[in-house]
Amino acid sequence: MDKYAIEGSPKTPSITFDLNGGVLEIKGRSIPENSIEFYKPLVDALDKYTSAAKPATTVNVQLEYFNTSSSKCILDVFKKLEGIHKSGSAVTINWHYEEDDEDMLEAGEDYQAIINVPFKMVMVNE
Amino acid sequence: MVDVFDIYDKMERNNILLSFKGEITSDLLTSILQIMENKMDNMQEEPKMKKKVYNVLVECLQNLYHHLDDCADVAGINEKVRSAIFMIGKLENKYSIFTGNYILNENIHGLKSRLDEVNSLTKEELKEYYKKVLNNGEMSLKGGGGLGMIDIARKTGEKLEYNFLDIDNKVSFFTLNIKVSQQQ
Repeated sequence: MDKYAIEGSPKTPSITFDLNGGVLEIKGRSIPENSIEFYKPLVDALDKYTSAAKPATTVNVQLEYFNTSSSKCILDVFKKLEGIHKSGSAVTINWHYEEDDEDMLEAGEDYQAIINVPFKMVMVNE
Repeated sequence: MVDVFDIYDKMERNNILLSFKGEITSDLLTSILQIMENKMDNMQEEPKMKKKVYNVLVECLQNLYHHLDDCADVAGINEKVRSAIFMIGKLENKYSIFTGNYILNENIHGLKSRLDEVNSLTKEELKEYYKKVLNNGEMSLKGGGGLGMIDIARKTGEKLEYNFLDIDNKVSFFTLNIKVSQQQ
């Protein structure tokens, strides 16, 4: 498996993980009632990637909405990435937020304060 | 006979945009969110306000959804306990979200102290508290982990208004009123 992809839905984001290129993208809305179930396959894929990580890993997160149920799962994903970063692949997390969305910017800053991985806040024009 | 006009008139005066009473299911939440999103688009709501209202709605509705699940797990509780009420209204530039649901009396104390704690914190303290709870490693089976109320308080900048109404020796009726306004 060199590519992992999940299509988006009204309550869940699209996820594409190109293991050869070392690029993970999470886009859309993440508001499922049961987030653990939704994020488990991604956490498992990151576990597998850890042992074969590329020299650099780029993560693009562009969420329009996410619920608090997702927020812990997203933290779990970032903790896996922190582990990958520590074991030698240079991880960068690009956290996208819309120009007027201060809440989304703050949410990114919360993660930045917890996770020891370079974060970039990327403003998107609507 | 049910006084339908009385219900209608009360809703009209509070400018209720949408209300629901009954069992809260996952599909219902999807529909309510879709309807409210369309309504706010049609009302040409400011994107910033729209996002805030949407976010707070998701948390309120999912609180109801998960909570009713908890109640259903307790044997011998009346079927009515699975039912809840939800209303959202807009007066002037302020949205009000009302929820109501039965709660087991034994769970009141825990919920009340969590609400009071959230209400006692400043904006900066809420931010720190959120990060602490986010990072504490605890997770409920559904993934919530107690962040919902903190998030609502943080995003609205308002106190959480609540009430517990005595029903009988097993259950009470819990109501919550969340206000979302522009000034932050």
